[in-house]
Amino acid sequence: MVTVTINGTQHTVEAEADMPLLWVIRDLVGLTGTKFGCGMALCGACTVFVDGVPMRSCQTFIGDIEGQAVTTIEGLDGKVAETVQAVWVDMDVPQCGYCQSGQIMSATDLLTTNPKPTDDDIDAAMSGNLCRCATYQRIRAGIHEAAKRLEA
Amino acid sequence: MIPKLMHSIAIPAPRVQASRRQFLIGAVATATGLAVGFRTLGAVSAAANETAGENAHAFSPYLTIDSSGKVTVLSSQFEMGQGSYHGLATLVAEELEADFSTIDVQGAAGNVQAYGNVAFGGAIQGTGGSTSMMTSWERYRNAGAAARTMLVAAAAAEWNVPAAKISVERGIIKHPSGRQGGFGDFAAKAAAMPVPSEVVLKQPSGWTLIGNADLKRYDSAGKTNGTEQYTIDVKLPGLLTAVMIHPPVFGGTVKSFDATEAKKLPGVVDVVEIPRGVAVVGEHMWAALKGRDAVTVEWDESGAEKRSTGELAQMYRDLAAEPPAAMAREDGDADAAFAGAANVLEATFEFPYLAHAALEPLNAVARKNADGTVEVWGGHQFPDVYQALTAEIAEVTPDKVHLHVMKAGGSFGRRAVADGDVVVEAVHIAKALGFRAPVKVQWTREDDMRAGRYRPAYAHAIKAGLDEAGNLVAWSNHIVGQSIMSGTIMEGMVQNGVDPTSVEGAVHLPYAIPNLKVGLTTTQAGVPPLWWRAVGSTHTAFVVEVFMDEIAEAAGRDPIEYRLSMMEPDSRHATILKMVAEKSGWDTPAAEGRFRGVSVAESFGSVVAQVAEVSVDSRGGIKVERVVAAVDCGVAINPDQIRAQVEGGIGFGLGAILEEEITLTEGQVDQGNYDLYTPLRIDAMPEVEVHILASANPPSGIGEPGVPPIGPAVANAAYKALGKRIRVMPFAKSLDAR
Repeated sequence: MVTVTINGTQHTVEAEADMPLLWVIRDLVGLTGTKFGCGMALCGACTVFVDGVPMRSCQTFIGDIEGQAVTTIEGLDGKVAETVQAVWVDMDVPQCGYCQSGQIMSATDLLTTNPKPTDDDIDAAMSGNLCRCATYQRIRAGIHEAAKRLEA
Repeated sequence: MIPKLMHSIAIPAPRVQASRRQFLIGAVATATGLAVGFRTLGAVSAAANETAGENAHAFSPYLTIDSSGKVTVLSSQFEMGQGSYHGLATLVAEELEADFSTIDVQGAAGNVQAYGNVAFGGAIQGTGGSTSMMTSWERYRNAGAAARTMLVAAAAAEWNVPAAKISVERGIIKHPSGRQGGFGDFAAKAAAMPVPSEVVLKQPSGWTLIGNADLKRYDSAGKTNGTEQYTIDVKLPGLLTAVMIHPPVFGGTVKSFDATEAKKLPGVVDVVEIPRGVAVVGEHMWAALKGRDAVTVEWDESGAEKRSTGELAQMYRDLAAEPPAAMAREDGDADAAFAGAANVLEATFEFPYLAHAALEPLNAVARKNADGTVEVWGGHQFPDVYQALTAEIAEVTPDKVHLHVMKAGGSFGRRAVADGDVVVEAVHIAKALGFRAPVKVQWTREDDMRAGRYRPAYAHAIKAGLDEAGNLVAWSNHIVGQSIMSGTIMEGMVQNGVDPTSVEGAVHLPYAIPNLKVGLTTTQAGVPPLWWRAVGSTHTAFVVEVFMDEIAEAAGRDPIEYRLSMMEPDSRHATILKMVAEKSGWDTPAAEGRFRGVSVAESFGSVVAQVAEVSVDSRGGIKVERVVAAVDCGVAINPDQIRAQVEGGIGFGLGAILEEEITLTEGQVDQGNYDLYTPLRIDAMPEVEVHILASANPPSGIGEPGVPPIGPAVANAAYKALGKRIRVMPFAKSLDAR
């Protein structure tokens, strides 16, 4: 049994220490917004925050984060996240949408730590998040737009 | 079950006029409102439909309106990111005069008469060949108009006023007297109104949604807050999760397996053999994966493909140098023209296998119910095929199979597969468990990447003859590669040894070349091929457009001016090429350190030209800085989605030509994940500018046509930058070999 806090709610789940957080979130807790894409921290679709830090949940093991607070796309809140989500809708960023939970987590983290990112900053922060639909042009424009709205 | 002769999902389909039968509109009352859709002859009224039990296909809805006024579009076209649901919602809402914010879309399947793809001749339901708008253009606008007519008739009866005096705007039905009501107020009453035998569609000048660049996708919110549902997200009581152990080489089969240790692990429910391998079933994904690690399988590889990429590539090169096995086109006398040519150019091009590598690894969910029905959830891009295959495995009649068409996390063609791979696995596993629980089979990234169904590898031998003045007088193109359709239910499309998907984009050129021959040698290999976004044009357009650049250079002509000199002056190709020249500033020099290349290609009924601007990075590689695209896809239903598809198509195609390749070592696929198979990431995405030609023609494709021109445009720019013609894909391989 392991206890983990996800989006402010404490869950006690029957999981061995080596179970990836991704499958705890999806299969044991039942939150499906966090996606499985690669299982090797190569695509970023499973990005969540652990104590506020973005982590690839497919390579984060439940035994290593006991007692820490996990935030998934469903629990994402605050001005930065809400602005990113609003911009994503306004600019029609998603196509299939499967990677976008991870993109939004990474974009929110970027704008939280760097309110006015340059294109190079965006490349550095977002290149771990793969989008096979290649919505990158709109992701980039969306981050700039969100920065602008947050500054206003 | 599946007709042998039908249009391929991959062929740029002719603009077939559907027969009137397919446009017959019927209506029924639902529990809370109205449904408008397809009806067969005879089932004219709601009452007739209710008694049509013996004919299950008498009615299938294209839209429903409930008592709250909510409009749901039932889409024959599958949504994989390309925006087909949004497009269909736009068509329905335009004619229905609905409030777009109340529209939802769900996938529909199970009645080929209603949902068969008009662009494939109507004989099969399927999404592909960029035909979603083409097949829906009349059908879904008619349904919207018929529903509006019935709502108005119901209001006219209720208010006792002439229908002609009633208007409908954004979901509100109004009479000049001030009376008004919502769709929900009249949905049930409308179901009792006569179904119009004919409807008059709006004139383009009256459109408010079609062509509206500010209309936002109806489904973006759910894709930003984690609520959108894909097959991986399906939840059912008692749902088990299965992972597969596939043969390590194509054509391998299970000899024996030992699951003793696996079955001792917590959460492992069962381990079963099915025709496609061994399935490890767990209470959840992690349990199944741990179980899989503990299973040992002995394989029979006697009939398997064991060759390596080097050996296959050499065979392709050797075959390309020989005469072709079949001819796809012959105009004039190419051999004589070559003999008399002043200058002959020759080249060989090579293309690797490519994986679709969609972010959502393949999956499907199957359940058999107590009443004998079988449900399958999945990204059903070929629903009729999956329904038939499911029925066969589950030993029920097809009408007992209900498909839930889920949105997919990408597909790019991968979920339209004639053998139903992952769907078949789900049903087989559920059956092997005695249908005691619903089962989701979920592939890992490695399973997905190593399961085959690749864009086939190809080699092209190409040759051009120029006269003294530099005019192109002879052309010969020999294509070597596997057939996608041979050996499948699409076999009938292969005529005279030519699979049209192998040669599309090479057979019909926009250039007037008097003596031309295009040949094909179809190879046999154990690697399963499939359509991959833009199919044949992913390689043919590359060869044609890169070679055209070489020819223009040999003739001492500007690449755009030379192309235009061989086109009909007012053709769509010439118009689009001129448009891209103007928008890209072709006539002005590129900035210092920037190099431009151009290409134009028609695919799926649309013409796209692109100018790519590249620079050379610090390691001597190519960085694509900017791409300007010009597009003629007929009437632009959703201009912003057209832009999105071209932006994404450019990113998708660019990733492939820069770095992607699937290689084999003694039959085993070398790449398993995104570390070795590397689609484009944001740092390599160019700035893309998309210009859409105003057109009154019916809509043609847009999901795929942005892909073919990017490779050759970049290769032509790269030649200017590096002085090297890149003819072996991916670029990374050619550039490393310098």
